[in-house]
Amino acid sequence: MTDTTNMMAKELLGFYQEELYEEARRAKKEGKLVCWSASVAPSELCVTMDIAMIYPETHAAGIGARKGALDMLEVADEKGYNLDTCSYARVNLGYMELLKEEALTGKTPEKLEKTPAARIPLPDLLITCNNICNTLLKWYENLAVELNIPLIIIDVPFNHTMPIPQYAKDYIAEQFKDAITQLEEICGKKFDYDKFLKVQEQTQRSVAQWNRVASLSSHKPSPLNCFDLFNYMALIVCARSKDYAEITFKKFADELEENLKNGIYAFKGSEQKRVTWEGIAVWPHLGHTFKGLKNLGNIMTGSAYPGLWNLSYTPGDMSSMAEAYTRIYINTCLDNKVKVLSDIISGGKCDGVVYHQNRSCKLMSFLNVETADMLQKENGLPYVSFDGDQTDPRNFAPAQFDTRVQALDEMMKQKEGVSNE
Amino acid sequence: MSRIESIISELSSISNNPKKAMEDYKKETGKGSVGVMPYYAPEEIIHAAGFLPVGIWGGQKSISKARAYLPPFACSIMQSVMEMQLEGVYDDLEAVLFPVPCDTLKCLSQKWKGTSPVIVFTHPQNRKLEAANKFLAEEYRLVREKLEKILSVQISDEALNNSIEIYNENRKVMREFTDIAANYPNIIDPIKRHAIIKARFFMEKSKHTAMVKELNSELIALPVEAFTGKKVVLTGIMAEPNEVLDILKDNGFAVVADDLAQESRLFRNDVPSGTDPLYRLAKWWQEFDGCSLAVDTKKSRGPMLMDMVKVYKADAVVVCMMKFCDPEEFDYPIYYRQFEEAGIKSLFIEIDLETTSFEQTKTRVQSFSEML
Repeated sequence: MTDTTNMMAKELLGFYQEELYEEARRAKKEGKLVCWSASVAPSELCVTMDIAMIYPETHAAGIGARKGALDMLEVADEKGYNLDTCSYARVNLGYMELLKEEALTGKTPEKLEKTPAARIPLPDLLITCNNICNTLLKWYENLAVELNIPLIIIDVPFNHTMPIPQYAKDYIAEQFKDAITQLEEICGKKFDYDKFLKVQEQTQRSVAQWNRVASLSSHKPSPLNCFDLFNYMALIVCARSKDYAEITFKKFADELEENLKNGIYAFKGSEQKRVTWEGIAVWPHLGHTFKGLKNLGNIMTGSAYPGLWNLSYTPGDMSSMAEAYTRIYINTCLDNKVKVLSDIISGGKCDGVVYHQNRSCKLMSFLNVETADMLQKENGLPYVSFDGDQTDPRNFAPAQFDTRVQALDEMMKQKEGVSNE
Repeated sequence: MSRIESIISELSSISNNPKKAMEDYKKETGKGSVGVMPYYAPEEIIHAAGFLPVGIWGGQKSISKARAYLPPFACSIMQSVMEMQLEGVYDDLEAVLFPVPCDTLKCLSQKWKGTSPVIVFTHPQNRKLEAANKFLAEEYRLVREKLEKILSVQISDEALNNSIEIYNENRKVMREFTDIAANYPNIIDPIKRHAIIKARFFMEKSKHTAMVKELNSELIALPVEAFTGKKVVLTGIMAEPNEVLDILKDNGFAVVADDLAQESRLFRNDVPSGTDPLYRLAKWWQEFDGCSLAVDTKKSRGPMLMDMVKVYKADAVVVCMMKFCDPEEFDYPIYYRQFEEAGIKSLFIEIDLETTSFEQTKTRVQSFSEML
């Protein structure tokens, strides 16, 4: 066992990420079950059953960030996946095809051999949830049929009217029960409800530490650049039902608080303007987007995306857990979406907003015009939008991004003295 | 003009002029129309209120105003619907029923640019569970309540059950029609077939039923003709604009069956029997399969299409791929592989309501026709 007590948060992040992949590979070797899961599907169910988990979205983002997406996208393209569909899905479906080919032929395809991301095993079952998009339903349908394995679905209906009605929570809670029955069949053992409660409690502790980290960007100057949340997000996705996430986030929050006390801030030098980033990161160009803002003296102190995992609920209460998984802002009406973003912007004491018009994500793009308009009417802050993609490097133009954030910077500076405090 | 010709001509003219159909309905009944967005809204509820449900499927259009509100990668049908919203085309509707079975529709439901009130509801996607029926029946109850309020009417269970029967009768007659039409491809060419089906969206259903029923009996009285062209099954959202169907016709193709969201998907299943009409409507969604917008962990669409090819002795499947429709795009690699494995030929054509140049489609269809 590696001693983690003296590790810094950043080291813990790397260590636990690798540990999770290793656990899955080990499980596969030992003939235990491996599940591929959507990033905001309820992890509590499979973790209670001791199933090793892999999160394809995080894995695809990792491939993208390490500049390995094109190979996988090419495989998906050859299989007939349209370039217009989500690049996370295409990277993962491409990867799955290579794993399948390897399993069938015993030979490792070259593209799989040289892919820069962690090696993951093929799944024995799948779980998906559409609280962040319906693409996750279509993508997982395809995985299930191509691999001929069971697929557990948690369908959280789009909340066109807020607050969330009880009948919607009842429907979701019924699906938790059905998922448990399916898991009992797949695993050939009873579901342990005492353990489930403990896993739920663990999840709540992880979420609480995650929220603690996120709240630190409200300080001005800020000890946290929200770009860091894009990195730490890996553990709220992949390990929130284990103590890995809690330990790492607690350490990170402690470090940031210590820095704050000592006057050490995220921005070396002095932060000029603070922005909210609406949308997913541009993984293959993460460095460019980070530097583009940094070179102008700007820091990201608002991002709604990491807030997707603010899954606080009452352990033991299925209806409360159902609500947590369905209330995610992109699964709600425009008014609520705007309200959530408005709180993010004011919480981060932001001076402007950057909207990622994401070619891969229709749900996080098609309301940007209206969202931006409503928010500007409310808070008067300038905004810009740029074209990008979460993992297809071809859909992002660095020069366009630079021009747009420069324009935002100028607008924010013109408003000098009219700060959003 | 023969009776067959005159029925087809009347239905074609209705399908080409929804505005007039709405005006005629108003003159006749004094009641207005309610818009029905794709896909799979329970329009029986509107019918039971005595109003005319009108299908909203966009139209052939160049996109300019909508560009300000939608990026170019939104599906072609919703680009065109958005353009028409901005032009005020739908403003005579008393309300618009708005289902959200895909991410694009979720967003669009929040940004209607016309003046009519919008009633949004969500289809459950874990469809095979009983809990899904309960959820959807509750959504429909709210749809009914909202419609009652907007239209100032009461919609009784009895009226609703009655409307369901009228719709089921129409579905049955439409299934008969598509089967009969497959035997008379020289009379019912792809464009006429489409117009006869499309007229459903702009007519009180029992009237449509009566006309199609008559058409059916006129057709079966004729001897089945020999057909020298090729027979195809269409799959996708829709096969518009008409130029696409023209190209199929010009190249000697007959549509012997379809799996289009605008056509047969709407009537291949009846609403099941029962007493609670809202529950019955909900149950229809549970029993419905083979559509990209209705989640199906078994992905039965490929096998269903292969069955259709067999039953209708078709030569191929024509994939009418709605541009930028991701649910349809996700289904494609799976059924394409299944077709390849089973030796079923297929042709992929892109459906773009904005396009005015069909040269590419023409070339593809021509060379496919030579290949068959």
